[in-house]
Amino acid sequence: MVSPGAKKQKADERAKYQRLATSIVPKPPLVRNAIVAFVVGGLICMVGQGVMNVFTSRGMSQDEAVAPTLATMILIGAVLTGLSAYHPIGEFAGAGAAIPITGFANTVVAAAMDFKREGYILGMGAKMFIIAGPVLVYGILSGVLVALIRWLYRG
Amino acid sequence: MGGAICALGQVLLDTSKLSPPHMLVAFVVAGAILSGLGIYDKLVDFAGAGALIPVSGFGHSIARGSLMEAQRLGVVGLFTGALEFTGLGVTTAVFFGTVIALAATPKP
Repeated sequence: MVSPGAKKQKADERAKYQRLATSIVPKPPLVRNAIVAFVVGGLICMVGQGVMNVFTSRGMSQDEAVAPTLATMILIGAVLTGLSAYHPIGEFAGAGAAIPITGFANTVVAAAMDFKREGYILGMGAKMFIIAGPVLVYGILSGVLVALIRWLYRG
Repeated sequence: MGGAICALGQVLLDTSKLSPPHMLVAFVVAGAILSGLGIYDKLVDFAGAGALIPVSGFGHSIARGSLMEAQRLGVVGLFTGALEFTGLGVTTAVFFGTVIALAATPKP
């Protein structure tokens, strides 16, 4: 049985270590990261807007053009992932690469590629949405709840 | 606009202890709530792809599809409409993901 004194001393040591660790870990360069995320995220959206303009110039309405635009962006993200080109962009730009839909495609394709070696059913099939899954689950839950509330409220 | 959303996400990542998947979930939920308040529609009108391509646009599209079908079909529409606009994103991601995973192997 460990004496309560020894336990407390251990906890104290752990807390001390925690404080030391947080004081040593470098602070992320907040401004630099935010600017890079802004520029890269903005560029990706600009490409998306360009693709959308191509579709609308062919006579689609704004609403109709959304779906093919998103599909094109997903294709771009998927191909870049296949070429192992999206990972360095993500390293460089952080949220700037993760938040656009190309990042969603990247997580799905990268997981599919990585888990292929664990088999096609239990590897690729089961783990394709290992990162994108929570986004889908909570997106659908919150979306349906919001729609329910608005629908009840407005009739 | 899209850049601003990404910068906000990055600041959130750097200043809090959220991991990237947590941050993405927060954004998709925020998109759905802003959609319900009628704010996200205005962002889309203003910024187009800049508001639709970030993951918050995904939440917005789910809420919008769900509401649209609910107004048309009633309760059933809440569920049939959820993936009205986003089913395409999920399907293409699965399709291209499989094709590319079959064709390419990750670089070590």
